[in-house]
Amino acid sequence: MIERIVYNIIQVAVVVAFAPLVEGVTSRLKEILQSKRGPSIFQPYRDIWKLLHKDEIVSEESSWIFRAAPYVAFAAPVFVALLIPVLTRYPLFFAFMGDMLGGGFVLALGGFFTSLAAVDTANPYGPMGASRTRMVGFLAEPVFIVVFLTVSFVAGSTIPYIVQTRWVTPIANFFEPSHILLLIAFLMLILAEDGRIPVDSPSGQFELAMIERSKSLEYSGRGAALMKWAGAMKFFVLICIFLNVLVTPWGLAQGMGFGEVLLAIPLVLLKVFCFVLVLVYIESSLAKLRLFRITEFLGAAFVISVVAVITQLSEI
Amino acid sequence: MNGSPVLFALDALTGALFLLTALGVVATRQVLASLQLFILQSVLLAFSAVLLGIAQGSIHLFAVAAITLATKTLLIPWLLRHTVSAEVYRTREIERVLNIPSSLLISAVLIVLAYVVANPLLSTVAVPFVQVNLPLGIAAMFLGAFTIAVRREAVPQLLGLLAVENGVFFAGVAIVPNLSVIAELAAAVDVPVITLVIGMLTRRIHARLGTTAVGQLASLREQ
Repeated sequence: MIERIVYNIIQVAVVVAFAPLVEGVTSRLKEILQSKRGPSIFQPYRDIWKLLHKDEIVSEESSWIFRAAPYVAFAAPVFVALLIPVLTRYPLFFAFMGDMLGGGFVLALGGFFTSLAAVDTANPYGPMGASRTRMVGFLAEPVFIVVFLTVSFVAGSTIPYIVQTRWVTPIANFFEPSHILLLIAFLMLILAEDGRIPVDSPSGQFELAMIERSKSLEYSGRGAALMKWAGAMKFFVLICIFLNVLVTPWGLAQGMGFGEVLLAIPLVLLKVFCFVLVLVYIESSLAKLRLFRITEFLGAAFVISVVAVITQLSEI
Repeated sequence: MNGSPVLFALDALTGALFLLTALGVVATRQVLASLQLFILQSVLLAFSAVLLGIAQGSIHLFAVAAITLATKTLLIPWLLRHTVSAEVYRTREIERVLNIPSSLLISAVLIVLAYVVANPLLSTVAVPFVQVNLPLGIAAMFLGAFTIAVRREAVPQLLGLLAVENGVFFAGVAIVPNLSVIAELAAAVDVPVITLVIGMLTRRIHARLGTTAVGQLASLREQ
């Protein structure tokens, strides 16, 4: 009992501590691919540290939502990290609190508050980014629903710990067409949800073209640090759901031993690194889509997930 | 039955990717991209034929795979690249009747329809591979036909026709392992000829009108 609580806290600590590193590695790799040297992989930590020590300026016109949003956005991925398998194959102490849908709702709550806060200050760019995020969000929603429907239909459960073992027992399940199609659809979703290149440019500095980033433009000091950190953690949590629940549970700790759980940390980071390599390749080989072409991108993701359902239904 | 579950799973995966490439041929903007997707689709068809050949111990299917690779991934693309002027491949936005999201949604409906059509046939055969190949082949046929309907450029329409052909063979290799080599041989002669004719025709149209958007060729023109 007590060790399950300890492991759960370690799991959350891993998400909180390594999320900025993943972001740093991603941007560094992207710069290297463009024949530049790029910032250090620890740059996000330095940014967050610097921002935490700066004064915070809050607009007089804003309400409590603006002040509360960074904390909600920060807490949401931390809470989801309690529920999902990050390091272990077996459910930990707090995992009973929610299944995959519950985790999805909590993540959406963070996004909802960020959008509200962007509208709150009446900065012209914030509401624009918020409405665009909502547009991407409602286009992504059917894909989410179909993906989770298929996954829970295949595994007979919405608990991530049951779903993940389904794909590798027996190993032939891994090559099921519905599995591969679901992976493709969910990968496209991650790109859209996190504002990656075909949908939004994460390193862009041009406010008119921003989707995800313009929502936190008004924040300074501690609020900005929390928003930045929260964004990195949301990305990390999405990758963990993708890699550990939907791809395979390889590399996760199987036994209850303390050493095994500690060994899982570098293995999971290695998996995340492989994913980041694929992501950087996608981001570097595609151009950003025009805003109204995002429907095509997510429409394709939707059709892929529907095909996954059909192939799954027809085989049984 | 015959064939291990891993072979079956690999064939199913090939089928799923085959269907994805068919969707890509419907939806991509660039002419060159749809040509590359067609090549990929033919490679997947050949791979499925090899898998079925291993599973059913049929040498004919290996021949089908070899012919497919030779004609559809090498000969036809080469013909298309050389008979049609390079200007056509530089076009980014292909003219189309419907926009991309609605044509993708119609494609999804067509895929469901293919499964509905294939279902009564599936209950009569016991070979597990047919369960995968027949509905997916029919779906690829539908999508190819839909490509012809929805595109307004000559080369993508030809690619739709070739995708129909691919779909027929994808279903065919699973149903009759012996007949398909004869059919594939016939097609190996036929299809390049069609490609050549359409390629030459496109070249002439392009030279005369400066475009290959056949959708604009609806009315007669006085000389």
